[in-house]
Amino acid sequence: MANSHQLKRVDFIFRNENDWEKVLSNTIKKTPRDLINELISSELKGRGGAGFPTGLKWKLTSEAESDEKYVICNADEGEPGTFKDREILSRVPYKVFTAMAICGYITGAREGFIYLRGEYKFLKEELEKVIDEFDYYCREIKLDFKIKVFMGSGAYICGEETALMESMEGKRGEPRNKPPFPTQAGYQGKPTVINNVETLVHTFTIFKYGAKKFYDLGVQYSRGTKLFSVSGDTPKPGIYELELGMSLQDFVYEFGDGDTKAVQVGGASGFLVPRKKFKDAAIGFKGKLTGISLPTGGSMMLFNSSRSMFNVLDNYLEFFREESCGQCTPCRVGCQQLLLGIKAVKRGDKPAAYLDKLLRLTETMQYTAKCGLGQSVANSFSSIVENFREEMIY
Amino acid sequence: MDPIQTLVKDLADIHGRKRENLLPIMQGVVEKEHYLSELSMIEIAREMDIPAADVYGTATFYSFLETKSTGKYTIRVCKTITCAMKGKNQVLFAIQDMLKIKLGETTPDHQFTLLETNCLGWCHKAPAMLINDEVYTELTPEKVREILSEYMKQNGNNGYH
Repeated sequence: MANSHQLKRVDFIFRNENDWEKVLSNTIKKTPRDLINELISSELKGRGGAGFPTGLKWKLTSEAESDEKYVICNADEGEPGTFKDREILSRVPYKVFTAMAICGYITGAREGFIYLRGEYKFLKEELEKVIDEFDYYCREIKLDFKIKVFMGSGAYICGEETALMESMEGKRGEPRNKPPFPTQAGYQGKPTVINNVETLVHTFTIFKYGAKKFYDLGVQYSRGTKLFSVSGDTPKPGIYELELGMSLQDFVYEFGDGDTKAVQVGGASGFLVPRKKFKDAAIGFKGKLTGISLPTGGSMMLFNSSRSMFNVLDNYLEFFREESCGQCTPCRVGCQQLLLGIKAVKRGDKPAAYLDKLLRLTETMQYTAKCGLGQSVANSFSSIVENFREEMIY
Repeated sequence: MDPIQTLVKDLADIHGRKRENLLPIMQGVVEKEHYLSELSMIEIAREMDIPAADVYGTATFYSFLETKSTGKYTIRVCKTITCAMKGKNQVLFAIQDMLKIKLGETTPDHQFTLLETNCLGWCHKAPAMLINDEVYTELTPEKVREILSEYMKQNGNNGYH
């Protein structure tokens, strides 16, 4: 049960495994079909935040017919409060590359890209060194797979998978309409697997140790472990690998400073949970867990009672207003109006009831915005305004 | 040939002249010239045989592809939530006071440009900033003064008045 679940520290992701060559050569001795089944039975879901079943994604791409296919590692880590992918790429990059090559073998892709955010450019040189070594080994075992680093240039929206592909194609990073999904028509219109950095590392663990090892961790619907990026008002900020399914109460007990007023789960596009709901909230994907289950790309930001929730929301909205790509009206205008709106209420230029109008606006954005950015503004907006209404007004 | 022309041609030789090579080429120009001038964007368009408006349209989408003149060093201070909570403003004041410029401005000697940016991914070591590609974390006004003095010393600068 979620409420009695204790925090369980695990060490898979950063464990130093010196045998990636062996893992790669052994894995590609198995048939793609067996490997896909292994991955599906692990119940691994995407670790970027959206939680799409990874095995299914690889399966769909492997079944798509095309001469050209691609594997992309999404390292455009831009969600406020997330910093785990950088740590993975600097500490265990070979696990990511191995997973990409295995994915290439399974799906028939011969080219892989790492889309690295511009803010992490200092990692590029080191990554390319490891890629050279990796390439050498691939040639040795006659595996036709090449990896390149593609640099982003400072745009949060490029973390959205289709915006990222537009960006790689040399265009403005504006999300595409879905469907078609990348598994059918991704980069250059070709079938593409795009996975978060952490997701790829979990597949390395699964191929090395077997699906059961992974499946036995976590809880129903939320199997395995997850990296959490912990920041804000906490005595021990940092990156922690924990089993999924823990209650937020236990999390705060471990990481809080004794005065935790609220936790933002999943970054600015996630949900704010106030103290009175800690015990009902579990961290994991939607399922039959009692209470609220909160998916997250791993961003956990703690706020203590010295923090004004108005300032927090103001900061998020400014972020969204700047990072909205501007392509669709609900998001472009919506983000601007929400920011103007909460400021007007705070100044007293608008009555408190205006907040309800703004809540309805976020609902409209949720239904009509083209991509996850505009759709998810409602998450933090409604969870902050509903739980801390007085702080928005006075 | 104009040095910009040569630079763009060299970059196109390295990366290619297809549309998917546009970002690497623009990034290459920014690395050398610190920003994309009108001339360089026209040159890129000519070299790649695409409309200049497409180059400009793409460039202006990305916050790290500046289209206005910037200094040799661009300082980007993170303003997103954790950095904002952990003293970003004090760091910003210290920089402004030292360089005698406001946010968005460049020092008259074209050494430093001061900007704010969104989440840099160093929330556990907030506040953070970038100077070009270099990362600096757990900043305090004292620490940021030391860092900037180092940069100024390297460039034979005794301070701004």
